[in-house]
Amino acid sequence: MSIRLENVSFSYLEDTPMSQAALRNVSLEIEEGEFVGLIGPTGSGKSTLIQHFNGLLKPNSGKVYVDGVDLTLKDTQLRLIRQKVGMVFQYPEHQLFGETVLEDVGFGPRNGGLSEEAVVQRVREALAYVGLEYETIRDQSPFELSGGQKRRVAIAGVLAMQPSVLILDEPTAGLDPEGREEILGEIRQLHEERGITVVLVTHSMEDVARLVDRLIVMERGSIALDGTPVEVFGQVARLKKMGLGVPEITELMHELKARGLDVNTDILTVAKAEEEIIRLIESRKVMGWQK
Amino acid sequence: MRMFRSVTIGQHIPGDSIIHRLDPRTKILSAIFLIVLLFLVNGFVGYGLVALGIALVIRASRIPWKFVIRGVRPLLVILVLTLTLHLFMTEGRVIFQIWFLKVTWEGLFRGLMMGTRLILLIIGTSMLTLTTSPMQLTDGIETLLRPGKKIGIPAHELAMMMTIALRFIPTLLEETEKIMKAQMARGADFQTGGIMQRAKSLIPLLVPLFVNAFRRADDLAIAMEARGYRGGEGRTKLRELKFQRVDVVALGLVVTFAVLVGVFF
Repeated sequence: MSIRLENVSFSYLEDTPMSQAALRNVSLEIEEGEFVGLIGPTGSGKSTLIQHFNGLLKPNSGKVYVDGVDLTLKDTQLRLIRQKVGMVFQYPEHQLFGETVLEDVGFGPRNGGLSEEAVVQRVREALAYVGLEYETIRDQSPFELSGGQKRRVAIAGVLAMQPSVLILDEPTAGLDPEGREEILGEIRQLHEERGITVVLVTHSMEDVARLVDRLIVMERGSIALDGTPVEVFGQVARLKKMGLGVPEITELMHELKARGLDVNTDILTVAKAEEEIIRLIESRKVMGWQK
Repeated sequence: MRMFRSVTIGQHIPGDSIIHRLDPRTKILSAIFLIVLLFLVNGFVGYGLVALGIALVIRASRIPWKFVIRGVRPLLVILVLTLTLHLFMTEGRVIFQIWFLKVTWEGLFRGLMMGTRLILLIIGTSMLTLTTSPMQLTDGIETLLRPGKKIGIPAHELAMMMTIALRFIPTLLEETEKIMKAQMARGADFQTGGIMQRAKSLIPLLVPLFVNAFRRADDLAIAMEARGYRGGEGRTKLRELKFQRVDVVALGLVVTFAVLVGVFF
């Protein structure tokens, strides 16, 4: 399932004195099975952009195609598109409403017109994916759960529709480090096992560095950079100017290089950095001018 | 959702015109005079004069005409209803008759009168909110109500409640929009179906909305207490309201205008 945007422009409050452009002439293609990271300073248009992917927002001009279907046409069945393009909003636990977890997670598939048996099956699977056990949690009220569990239930509510594209807007905001790790791990697992396309909006450079194959950087409503994490994080100066950064470990490598050490700066994870530093030390030992 | 975007009632457009700079009390009192005047006036000449007066104020406020007129749109249903009710329910000289429905000259006249009255009322009072920030507005109301404290009107509490309510209207609208989108992303449908169906489809919207509103109210109460809020007693103001000469002139003009139009038309 691919998503293609052609010259999309969008402004909120169009035709009023408060109108401001949120997207300016954005063209973009996301291929099936990609794991894409979307970063950018606050107000750069990330959330606006992703809401075009399932027709929640319609562009003022330009075209949006999902699997070849034009979402900007009037008679496009957006409900069908939304079953395939799942979207997890920021703080999704704020949208919980069901009396029981089963009712809440089953909301999406039920709207898709599935039988009750099929709904239960979907709910069971979705909960398993986010590490919750169906039997113990199904009859609990979602409002009695802990913060991390609420978040998982809310994400399961989207997964239960079995979307082929999953869009997540800062899914780990406000969680503790363990919760972050688990949720990100589950998302990666979904991507690897089911091969679904994932678009991850985040402020954490570390997260995208570890997870994604492709990184898109938004700035003031336009795409500023688009490439592999290594390519994008190579542009340290540019990212800093935008108010963004690079993963701390990458910054460290750049710093070492600036101090005259011959290290590779295309490094995004601590493990890789460790290897590189050991390599450097070993090579110095061989040459015999260790301090 | 575009549905919330057309709501201009209670909206404030910052500016630096003479109307914006007037003391909020001047504007509140003027709005009250306008309301009274509109109910005193009977006849199109009077309405024409009031409309002219309001037009001058709009002009002086430098708020785009389009924006002011847009504020009437949400009330179109009420306007049409008023007109139709008067058109058919008033006895008098019949213009034409369909079965038992009679349209009379008197009905037409009164319908148009009421319609004009409503439009002028909305546009006139919206000039108050468009040119006055919610903060100023509640400050003004509080000072105007202060003499009422002796007879037990809790002026400060009322003003604080209004401030908070006004402050949270946009937040709640935004939140509604967000929750609607999130549920629509899960295949919810708010637009089709019968009345029961639609009422039921609102549950996934209303439950989170209320839960979040209560959570927010709790947070706000704690935040206010943490900053030492304990009611209006002995509380000082950052910006004291002050009547300027321009306020006296403006109020004088409004009162003269209201009395003249009220008495003669």
